[in-house]
Amino acid sequence: MKKQLNRVVIRFAGDSGDGMQLTGDRFTSETAQWGNDISTLPNFPAEIRAPAGTLPGVSSFQVHFADHDILTPGDAPDVLVAMNPAALKANVADLPPGADIIVNTDEFTRRNLAKVGYVGSPLEDGSLDAYAVHPVALTSMTVGALADSGMPKKDAERAKNMFALGLLSWMYSRPFESTLRFLERKFAKRPELVAANKAAFRAGWSFGETTEDFAVRYEVKPARMRPGTYRNITGNQALALGLVAAAVRAKLPLFLGAYPITPASDVLHELSKHKRFGVTTMQAEDEIAAVGAALGAAYGGALGVTTTSGPGVALKSETISLAIALELPLVVVDVQRAGPSTGMPTKTEQADLNMALSGRHGEAPLAVIAPRSPSDCFHAAIEAARIALTHRTPVILLSDNYVANGSEPWLLPSVDELPDLSVSFATEPNGENGRFLPYLRDPETMARPWAIPGTPGLEHRIGGLEKADKTGDISYDPANHELMVRTRAARIEAIEVPDVAVEDPDDDASVLVLGWGSTYGPIGAACRALRQRGLPVAQAHLRQLAPLPANLGVVLTAYPKVVVPEMNLGQLAHLIRGRYLVDAIPVNQINGLPFTAATLEDRLEDVVKNG
Amino acid sequence: MDSSTVPVNRVPLTLTAKDFKSDQEVRWCPGCGDYSILAAMQRFMPELGIPRERIVFISGIGCSSRFPYYMNTYGMHSIHGRAPAIATGLSVSRPDLSVWVVTGDGDALSIGGNHLIHALRRNVNLKILLFNNRIYGLTKGQYSPTSELGKITKSTPAGSADAPFNPLSLALGAEATFVARTIDSDTRHLQSVLRRAAEHKGSAFVEIYQNCNIFNDGAFELLKDPSTRDDHLIRLEQGQPVTFGPDGGFSVVHPEGSFGLKVQPGGPAIVHDATVDDPAYAFALTRLSGSDLSTTPIGVFRDVARPTYDDLIRKQLTDAQATATGTPDEMLADLLNTADTWTIRP
Repeated sequence: MKKQLNRVVIRFAGDSGDGMQLTGDRFTSETAQWGNDISTLPNFPAEIRAPAGTLPGVSSFQVHFADHDILTPGDAPDVLVAMNPAALKANVADLPPGADIIVNTDEFTRRNLAKVGYVGSPLEDGSLDAYAVHPVALTSMTVGALADSGMPKKDAERAKNMFALGLLSWMYSRPFESTLRFLERKFAKRPELVAANKAAFRAGWSFGETTEDFAVRYEVKPARMRPGTYRNITGNQALALGLVAAAVRAKLPLFLGAYPITPASDVLHELSKHKRFGVTTMQAEDEIAAVGAALGAAYGGALGVTTTSGPGVALKSETISLAIALELPLVVVDVQRAGPSTGMPTKTEQADLNMALSGRHGEAPLAVIAPRSPSDCFHAAIEAARIALTHRTPVILLSDNYVANGSEPWLLPSVDELPDLSVSFATEPNGENGRFLPYLRDPETMARPWAIPGTPGLEHRIGGLEKADKTGDISYDPANHELMVRTRAARIEAIEVPDVAVEDPDDDASVLVLGWGSTYGPIGAACRALRQRGLPVAQAHLRQLAPLPANLGVVLTAYPKVVVPEMNLGQLAHLIRGRYLVDAIPVNQINGLPFTAATLEDRLEDVVKNG
Repeated sequence: MDSSTVPVNRVPLTLTAKDFKSDQEVRWCPGCGDYSILAAMQRFMPELGIPRERIVFISGIGCSSRFPYYMNTYGMHSIHGRAPAIATGLSVSRPDLSVWVVTGDGDALSIGGNHLIHALRRNVNLKILLFNNRIYGLTKGQYSPTSELGKITKSTPAGSADAPFNPLSLALGAEATFVARTIDSDTRHLQSVLRRAAEHKGSAFVEIYQNCNIFNDGAFELLKDPSTRDDHLIRLEQGQPVTFGPDGGFSVVHPEGSFGLKVQPGGPAIVHDATVDDPAYAFALTRLSGSDLSTTPIGVFRDVARPTYDDLIRKQLTDAQATATGTPDEMLADLLNTADTWTIRP
């Protein structure tokens, strides 16, 4: 019997070594192939391998899929796959009553239960009565399925995640061909592992078919999505591809200087694969060298990029200020994580906004842009490069762990539709008597000429000391300094930014919800839910944070109440209050996790009803 | 962009020292050793045979780091200690350029120590000139990481308590392939070292003893004063016995059973060979000199060949690009379509 569902949220949870990220990833891919809309959220510890079976070692992957357009990875799982007692204990509080729990009973030994503080087994003491518990001897059945393979028991056990994937794929009627192909690719050099993992997967599928415990099989029909070719993509992957695309469309070599840091390292990993596009990746000795090398490459005519997280931006700030003084293009990617200091490296936060906007010495303005979703990272990266190249300025791209590691279907753009980012380097003197004036500006963009070394006749010197207008000579003249400070501010304000759009379907809202960056999904989902309940709210979402869209002031004053949800203590709200004299109401969450739609719905409802 | 490496002494250009003087007023203190280094450099540059537009000077912060402003080439006066990092990005992405880093003892060895050792380790194709005056000049006279122990300065009225670096020992420890020392006032020697540095493929590290006549005047006088210098200066010449003294009466010898070298009157002097692969030899030479300068070798200590970071990185790029087919836009379209895709029909 097949039951139709509109949407399902599944959370795969296990030990860090159990392969839960891979399992979730494969389930997502199968689901994408089927045509559901999807959104995913991995959740893993910073420790590479915390002691096995402990709470700190629990790693999980949540996938939300539906027959309609969805905006978040889902608030509460409908199904929890718990590979051990730690995974159960760490996640059970998030489950609504009636949720399905699939547990690997083989791991519910006295020793493992004691490790996480269970006195008796929760499978037997009635504490899970509110849920539909499905005990499955996952490990021993996997070992049994591989009995003929000649594989040692310990190795056979490692395929248990594929057994779980097979079972879930059966339950939700997923197409599994791509998973089998994936296993062939992944273990191309180890045919015995291909066979073992495939066998475990099939055993899980067959178990679903034969056992009576799962009386119902579910089906979630494909969603109606815009026609086109899709792939599932994480924010970090999309961001890396966006940078490659920007370099191709600018016809420039891409130079990435980076130092490994969670959660930004995947951008370095991805870009290092694309050398045939002329992409150079340099793993520098530290964060400062990484941005320095990127700036040096930009000086030489490359698209210079550095990728990092908050602590790295702090270290790079002096070099970013130099780039502002030199007026050279530079893209700085900050994949935000929970701070301060080392904080929680694998948890999300939006608390680097103030640092991005103003965390430098002196008056040091630059452009700041924040992607709203995993796939938007692609377009935001191109836009960041466009601004950097056109306006000869550093641009900070503020991603965060939520969009960086989350994934969603991405409607692949046609390359011809991507903007042409061609640049022209200066080739001729621009002053009288064949003189070159490195700080003579383009009247339209206010950008100075990009005269790269190697160009005859344009030899000139630049540096961090204050420059005289036009000539670029060292200047301590008071009037010149004031002019240059104001010019640097004005040229950032002059960057053209699309107007912010307002979603107010019935044009009857009195509350505007203003967000930025990765909160787009949860805010959108909460606003939809409120509207469905007859509570009108308008949503506006900022992608460009510096400069702000020109129409923002008008938008803000059109609504009696403005609410600003953020994963910080109110950094955008503070800016809105200061800049527009609007009494913005902050709604803040700073627990390392993204907002759930339900939390936001409650808090927005409170504002709508009570102000 | 030309992908060839920078030619040395190839193009017969008719440039003169004057062509390398910028229109900027030189603002070092009168009598500063930097003037003679600048003049020597401007006179040396035409020899390179490289057009001015393909030469770049990158500096950090400090008195020496004003150097690029006075050279009529491309130049960047960057931030404290970071010149080697910035120059690395430029050098790797622009093999057609001749990239020079000008730095000082504070800039290179204190705030920028990390970038210096990693540039040397990677063997980036940079010529790094460290002007060592054993003092902080631009900040008006604090001790530096090369100041002698017990140095009394504004920041150390009771004397500095930290042992100085030996910059050449440090460079060798960082796997430098070219290490040399020269002196600001000896133009001929300075230019001969610059020539050797320019010819070296990879990082060339040159320490230049430079007098700060305001805050540390006479720091190297022992090696400059005609009445004392021959007693203390050991001139390293490739293939020549290492002897010194007014009549060559002192020899640098390798005592049997010892790891190092020592100075003694007469005896079988070692024959200098900068191309010895084992850095222990060059290291032993650097250990002859200490803070007191009593026996100070100058010249090229080490000059060995090792693949440059620039070439290795570029080879990866050209190898990958050799497999590319189609226009960049077509390749990009293929890249975006990689992975499991699915199509929604209208």
